[in-house]
Amino acid sequence: MTTLRRLLYHAVMLAISAIFLLPFYWMAISAFKNNAEIFSSPVAWFPDPIRWENIPALLSREDFPFIRQFLNSVFYAGSVAVLVVMSCSLAAYSFACLRWRGRDLVFGFTVAALLMPTIVTFLPVYLAWSKLGLTGTYWPLISPFLFGDAFFIFMLRQFFLGVPRELMDAARLDGASEFRIWWQIVLPQVRTALVIVGLFALVYTWNEFFGPLIYLQDRQDFPLSLGLFTFQSQRAAEWSASMTGALLTALPMVVLFLFTQRLFQRGLTTSGLK
Amino acid sequence: MAANTTSGAASAPPRTARPGRAEARAGVLFALPWMVGMTLFVLIPLILTFYIAQTKFQITGAPKWVGLANYEALMKDPAFWRSAKNTAIYAAISVPLKLVMALGLALLLNRATALSGFYRTVFYLPFLMPAVAGSVVFMLLLTPGAGPVNIVLQALGFSPPDWLLDPSVALWTLILLSLWPLGVETLVFLGGLQNIPKDVSEAADLDSPKAWHKLVWITLPMITPMILFNLVIGIIYSFQVFTQAIVIGGTTGTPAESTLMYMVVLYRAAFRYFNMGAAAAMATVLFGVVLVLTLLIFRSARGWVHYEGAGR
Repeated sequence: MTTLRRLLYHAVMLAISAIFLLPFYWMAISAFKNNAEIFSSPVAWFPDPIRWENIPALLSREDFPFIRQFLNSVFYAGSVAVLVVMSCSLAAYSFACLRWRGRDLVFGFTVAALLMPTIVTFLPVYLAWSKLGLTGTYWPLISPFLFGDAFFIFMLRQFFLGVPRELMDAARLDGASEFRIWWQIVLPQVRTALVIVGLFALVYTWNEFFGPLIYLQDRQDFPLSLGLFTFQSQRAAEWSASMTGALLTALPMVVLFLFTQRLFQRGLTTSGLK
Repeated sequence: MAANTTSGAASAPPRTARPGRAEARAGVLFALPWMVGMTLFVLIPLILTFYIAQTKFQITGAPKWVGLANYEALMKDPAFWRSAKNTAIYAAISVPLKLVMALGLALLLNRATALSGFYRTVFYLPFLMPAVAGSVVFMLLLTPGAGPVNIVLQALGFSPPDWLLDPSVALWTLILLSLWPLGVETLVFLGGLQNIPKDVSEAADLDSPKAWHKLVWITLPMITPMILFNLVIGIIYSFQVFTQAIVIGGTTGTPAESTLMYMVVLYRAAFRYFNMGAAAAMATVLFGVVLVLTLLIFRSARGWVHYEGAGR
């Protein structure tokens, strides 16, 4: 590219980047302003003063049990991520590396499940949990992942398909059990894939809203996504606190992403739309 | 390494052993938890939803069979039609727009420059934000009069609309906002673009001097699988839009029901009015619509999607 075109390219890209980053930026600076300053005119593009005290002020609010909800989110997202990695690697391995009658049919069902809108399955599931008396707990939100999840199975299968068959066959001829082959030979091969899927599951669950909304009732149990929503809808005018809350809710995932970027990108491009 | 074939099977290709019974047994066993999960959480609920749609069910108390009465009630319910219309408009506009924008961004990102990594991060970041946080921030940004967007626009001489507080504009604003988390679609397209073999790309550059030709005749056809993927996923998700709608519009789709979405009405029916039958009926209608659309798309896909020879 000529220098002029290169400059033009970067100018355009930086302009687009600025638009995309604007909400983040605005959220971050608003978190350090008070309510009046947020709506100042002309627009204050940088907080002055930087009200660091907004953070401890939010954390000690009675009507926003932030720390408790943060820990709930950690528990919720962490448990799901771990379960997803374990359960989906079992199923993905079966679909990708083992040969058995009906395998492709079941995988076809899996793809169909992937495309199934949750809207049409969540009601009876909710009613069942309600009959079991387990609404208001995290059981309905976490236990489905003991069995697996269509999306992550699909994703992991793509990675498992890359494991060379010879590796497994050699182990078979040596007399290893299928479980041992999975555990000791194949899993180490796809270690990166497992981390990627775990990360995706973590981020997805951290941001999950609908599930917690319909199952949880006590504010102390809410994960951050739901806690922020409840706070904002009840204290609509307290923008400063809402922004601080939003910032602190989004920050962990952003930081995580910045440290694991390469993995995320591999995850998306390898999920294989072949 | 041990011999690849045991003494008897001299004619078998040495690389692959025949699937043994142990392998087949393990195959089923390993996939069993998932098969159970699918049955429990997808198959059975799907059937049950259709059943509940034909009952009158208030959670407490037993369901009472009412046949198609729920559907009749839906037909007469203005909230149903309003939210259906809103959701259809939302999906019809935001899905194609997102596709085009994501493709454009992916094409722009497909140059190896010093800042590539930075740009990619920027476009992926919005996807990481919890939808709740993102919606709240946009509500703040777009506050008429006092929010920064309008202040800047006014300073530039425009007279900006009231965005989320103006009933005639709110839905379009929502659609606009749906374009922010483009990260996934963009990266999917980018992956597809980067998979185009270099020699094909270079041959096209030699053959036709116009970048436009290359785009339409070479690049686009080669990423049609990604287009299909993003299209189907986009439709399925946009029809179920919920979080943004409920954060911004509450359960009534303020202002004036202009942001009332299908899923919100369904949620309201189930958890505010405890009318499980109506909610289930709505779910089945949506399912039908999405199913038909998806099948149509897949059917048409044979005409325009090209998979690379490698096959699956």
